[in-house]
Amino acid sequence: MLDIRGRWKGVLLPLAAILALSACGSKTGENESTGGAVADTSGDTVKVGLLNSLSGTMAISEVTVRDSIRLAVEEINAAGGVLGKKIEPISEDGASDWPTFAEKAEKLIREDKVAAVFGCWTSASRKAVKPVFEENKALLFYPVQYEGLEQSPYIFYTGATTNQQIVPGLDYLKSQGKTSVYLVGSDYVFPRTANKIIKAYAAANGMTVLGEDYAPLGSTEFGTIVNKVKASKASAVFNTLNGDSNVAFFKEYKSAGLTAATMPVVSVSIAEEEVKSIGTQYLDGQLTAWNYYQTTPGAANDKFVKAYKAKYGQDKPTSDPMEAAYVSVYLWKAMVEKAGKFDVAAVKSASDGVTFEAPEGLVTIDGATQHIYKTARIGKVGPDGLITEVWNSGQPVKPDPYLKGYPWATGLS
Amino acid sequence: MTVIVSQLFTGVSIGAVLLLIALGLSLTFGQMGVINMAHGEFIMAGAYTVYVLQKVITGAGWSLLVALPLAFAVAGAMGVLLEFLLIRRLYARPLDTLLVTWGVSLILQQLARDIFGAPNVQTRAPDALTGNIKITDDLVLSNNRLFILALALLAVVALTLVLRFSSLGRRIRAVVQNRDLAAVSGIPTGRVDRLTFLIGSGLAGVAGVALTLLGPIGPTMGTNVIIDAFLVVVAGGIGHLKGSVIVAFALGTLQSLVEYSTTVSVAKVGVFVAIVAFLQWRPQGLFTLRTRSLA
Repeated sequence: MLDIRGRWKGVLLPLAAILALSACGSKTGENESTGGAVADTSGDTVKVGLLNSLSGTMAISEVTVRDSIRLAVEEINAAGGVLGKKIEPISEDGASDWPTFAEKAEKLIREDKVAAVFGCWTSASRKAVKPVFEENKALLFYPVQYEGLEQSPYIFYTGATTNQQIVPGLDYLKSQGKTSVYLVGSDYVFPRTANKIIKAYAAANGMTVLGEDYAPLGSTEFGTIVNKVKASKASAVFNTLNGDSNVAFFKEYKSAGLTAATMPVVSVSIAEEEVKSIGTQYLDGQLTAWNYYQTTPGAANDKFVKAYKAKYGQDKPTSDPMEAAYVSVYLWKAMVEKAGKFDVAAVKSASDGVTFEAPEGLVTIDGATQHIYKTARIGKVGPDGLITEVWNSGQPVKPDPYLKGYPWATGLS
Repeated sequence: MTVIVSQLFTGVSIGAVLLLIALGLSLTFGQMGVINMAHGEFIMAGAYTVYVLQKVITGAGWSLLVALPLAFAVAGAMGVLLEFLLIRRLYARPLDTLLVTWGVSLILQQLARDIFGAPNVQTRAPDALTGNIKITDDLVLSNNRLFILALALLAVVALTLVLRFSSLGRRIRAVVQNRDLAAVSGIPTGRVDRLTFLIGSGLAGVAGVALTLLGPIGPTMGTNVIIDAFLVVVAGGIGHLKGSVIVAFALGTLQSLVEYSTTVSVAKVGVFVAIVAFLQWRPQGLFTLRTRSLA
């Protein structure tokens, strides 16, 4: 007989409990390996999951994404739904907390049996849910620009990867004769990866990186960083700061006497919504790199902006991530209709070449990378708080998440 | 050389911000011993006062000047209300005070979110304060930081004068030094507590007005600064204004000088290590208050 001594009891009993639990877990896992987490599409409706932070620090941005997904769902339902079924959105709150995202993703897939999930904003939340989607063979549509170097078979990336946003931003600076840059970013995965790419680009393109500084997320004291930027006499600043820090950075930037004319700042995380909260007084003339602006011309965008404002308020701007989220629902619909069924494997294999006339222009899914072709756009913040395009790539840029088509980028991934 | 001078200026101005946000706390926490976690939300209330006021008074300069006393009144009133409704029932229970005021701080943040919306709001700074004074091409003193420095010094002088020479100040000091003896001498300690809270919270409102010139105005702006404020008061020595002033400027300068040659994170670590080491050496802070109370 095994004699469980007192001092072992505390370790062995929980261990046994965990083993017993994981045994149950692997049992449900077996069911899935035969069919995956099957979406329940037997009724008149098809459920989709909306996974966004509705509370916490990220709520500011993610609520607008949730709103535009809802708008797309309503429009599709009004036009007859997908394969004759109305879409039933189920919204979950990720609460700006990455483990919560994973938990809610699991819930949407297993309990609600949704056909697809739309959402996530930060790279950290995407990384947290990635294994959940892969394990359950379920689909996630991720609508935000990100740092690239990722390609999950169960995620469709409808925001820009680096060669559709950061690289065009650098190309633009180069074409404007800016030969030196200073890098300012928040201290987490996106800015650090982005800056690695920027440094490789600079080395190959005769640009000098005069300095690189990271502020903790939420930091609001930029006196020293701006002093350093000013002393470097760089010809431009590349800004990957996120959230509240941008407000403090641009207030400091202006009061130190730096302007868009003397030292322009290219930002990749400031869209129309952020311009409003930073204050146009501080941003006038500064540059942004995105794929969509509220001012982007075209009938599809006019319709999107009008519908969004009618539903959520005339003072609400539309921005790039909102547009990418709106587009992702339509792309999913087109993929399902091409496949003729909701089955994940069938939808995935139908994805290549699916197009949609989006507010940003024609977008096409690249089946190999599960990213989409997007037009890169550089914009300038105007005194009215809207961003107007000063340059675009002319045609949609092929997504290249691992930057394989760029010789200078070898060794980055 | 200019780099050192401009970094010193940045350091002094960081110190001025620290001082402004910590000044009210040095009164409520330092003098009264109340750990008020909602102090940051009084700062937020001050900042939102500017935002609301600018809807009425459109001139950015005037609205800022009017906002200073108004924010003092708004935040002060909130402080008095908090003291009257909750804190005075918990004077002997510091841990409960901490939890209760933390709850109040969460409620106030949510309230701000419900009233003003979750996104940050913007205020207009007067043109005079967005500019700068150019000493040389490389050495530029920004007007908003000079303004905040002046405001912080003014607040310290005013508070010192009140505490040292007014009858209210004498009564506050008496209650701090020995509450029971003050009470038997006929000082209405309850009312003195409320007035102390009024001034302390009001100063938080003034700090909020200053912060609109530097950073974001949103529901969480208070939580961003509250830790720094407590650090300053603890390291300065509880119950000593002088300590808070010295520590605020010392930390600001240390932060900016270390940050210039390293990074923000290293500078933050440096400041924390310095404070921990300092408190090992002097657990009571820079200055100690000798009281006649038995506690």
